[in-house]
Amino acid sequence: MHLSTADVEHIAELAKLALTLEEIEQYRRQLSDILEHFETLKQVDTSSVPPTASVLPLRTVMRADVVRPSLPTDDALANAPDREDGFFRVRAVFGEE
Amino acid sequence: MYHVVIGMELHAQLQTQSKMFCGCSADYWAAPPNSHVCPVCLAMPGVLPVINAKAVEQTVRAGLALNCQIAPFSVFARKNYHYPDLPKGYQISQYELPLCHDGWLLIEGEDGQPKRIGIRRAHLEEDTGKSIHVGPLGPGSERADHPTDGATLIDLNRAGLPLLEIVTEADMASGEEAYRYLVKLRTILRTLGVNSGDMEKGAMRCEVNLSLRTAEQAAAGQYGVKVEVKNLNSFKAVRDSIAYEIQRQTAVLDGGRAVRQVTMGWDENRRCTVVQRGKESSEDYRYFPEPDLPPLELSRAWVEGVRASLPELPDARAARFVRDCGLTARDAALLTVERAVADWFEAAVAAYGGAPREVANWVTGQLFALLKSEEGDIASLPFQPAELADLIRLVDAGTINRNTGKKVLEQMVATGQPPAAIVEAQGLAQLSDEADLVQVIDALLAANPGEVAKYRAGKTSLLGWFMGQVMKETRGKANPDLVRRLVTQRLDG
Ligand SMILES: [Zn+2]
Repeated sequence: MHLSTADVEHIAELAKLALTLEEIEQYRRQLSDILEHFETLKQVDTSSVPPTASVLPLRTVMRADVVRPSLPTDDALANAPDREDGFFRVRAVFGEE
Repeated sequence: MYHVVIGMELHAQLQTQSKMFCGCSADYWAAPPNSHVCPVCLAMPGVLPVINAKAVEQTVRAGLALNCQIAPFSVFARKNYHYPDLPKGYQISQYELPLCHDGWLLIEGEDGQPKRIGIRRAHLEEDTGKSIHVGPLGPGSERADHPTDGATLIDLNRAGLPLLEIVTEADMASGEEAYRYLVKLRTILRTLGVNSGDMEKGAMRCEVNLSLRTAEQAAAGQYGVKVEVKNLNSFKAVRDSIAYEIQRQTAVLDGGRAVRQVTMGWDENRRCTVVQRGKESSEDYRYFPEPDLPPLELSRAWVEGVRASLPELPDARAARFVRDCGLTARDAALLTVERAVADWFEAAVAAYGGAPREVANWVTGQLFALLKSEEGDIASLPFQPAELADLIRLVDAGTINRNTGKKVLEQMVATGQPPAAIVEAQGLAQLSDEADLVQVIDALLAANPGEVAKYRAGKTSLLGWFMGQVMKETRGKANPDLVRRLVTQRLDG
């Protein structure tokens, strides 16, 4: 499977990555190679293997609805690039809430 | 004229103590920003989410109440998109295998008949944080960064709260049906104790999708272009935005143009829908199974245990009103759409002690009409259900007649005064004194010899006219049965 330049630009946009033309071409080739490998894997006969969403033997792991202490706000914001009155402060975004 | 096709998505915050995947308190309302956050809901590297069992139970309760199939095996999925109020860069949701699917909810259709609204799925996911957009900073501000664009402030207290998403089939055909669906759904969720129903606080949020199609398209099973409407903060906004969109799309189609597939937002101030800033990238969420959460397996026995624990739901309550109170199916349905109304009705019935049907007539007739014209709800009435019972007893005892009773109720709604006090203060008590009425009647007959002669010559239909004159003379307070008897007596005698 060969990716087009447009495919890579689309993926980059979804991942919020700004790529140079050289990088787009580089990733186009690398990602195409990876997908090529999956084409190879797809030749294995899996008709008798049911699809699964999880390879672990675990099922239905739940916790009781009990409140536990949260982090102090100062700790929560420790890695924030910017803050204001206890909020994370980021560049303006518009659109839906 | 076009056929209207409406579907709805509702997000309801569940009533848990803690968040969906961590132990932070879910009581985020009015908490200082970022005070209910931890490494899990802040999306620190290396943390693992763990499912809140109560949220699963509440989702299943809702699914059962909505007549859904409960999946014995369901899976969480990642919905990937970027927004600052979504710290992980994905929302944990459900996609291919939701907890609940293929249910229905009963409403009164536009034609007055019961109508099933299909529930396609009801699944569990997590809420996002809250963003506050602040304007550009002034020139003298100490904060020199982003001076022209303003900034966005993020509070992650709400991030990770459990959300129940309920998606309908496109079964609703008008804004009124959509409104009825929402009111009924809210009643069910509140009765189950899984949601507060508080739309103003964002505990319930909904999106409408709406399309128009011609009769020919409908006959061929085809649909028109679907428009999504968001930012609906009240049930009224839902109804109004639908009315507006129907009008707008009708004009577009009538003009020979095509409806664009867009997402609109309801602008409450301008009372219209506006195209929302489109997302830069297409809605490509790249869902995949959440590797950090093992699948959920729910046993049939556990699900049946949840089913057995469900409280009496609106439809069951309506059935009881028909069976035990002798109400018509329509009255019973009207009285059970909202829980507060049904509770109020039952309290009035208990206080009255007489036939519940009489109470139902007063509530669904006069009281509903008054509430509608005042745009009020039953919870805001300034009097108690027992006082409606008092009023009905005044009518039963003949102290006032039914028409006066309606006027008294109007004043009870306006002032909150007890009925007996209103009757007393305004001298509304029915005239049942024979001697007084005979005096009024004799004076009337003496003043209208022509009508008396016509009646006695066989035009007995004049009886109604005579009665009307007596009621007028007594300002509507005369006992109508007594008036009829006395007028007949004097005319025939
Ligand atoms: Zn947390």
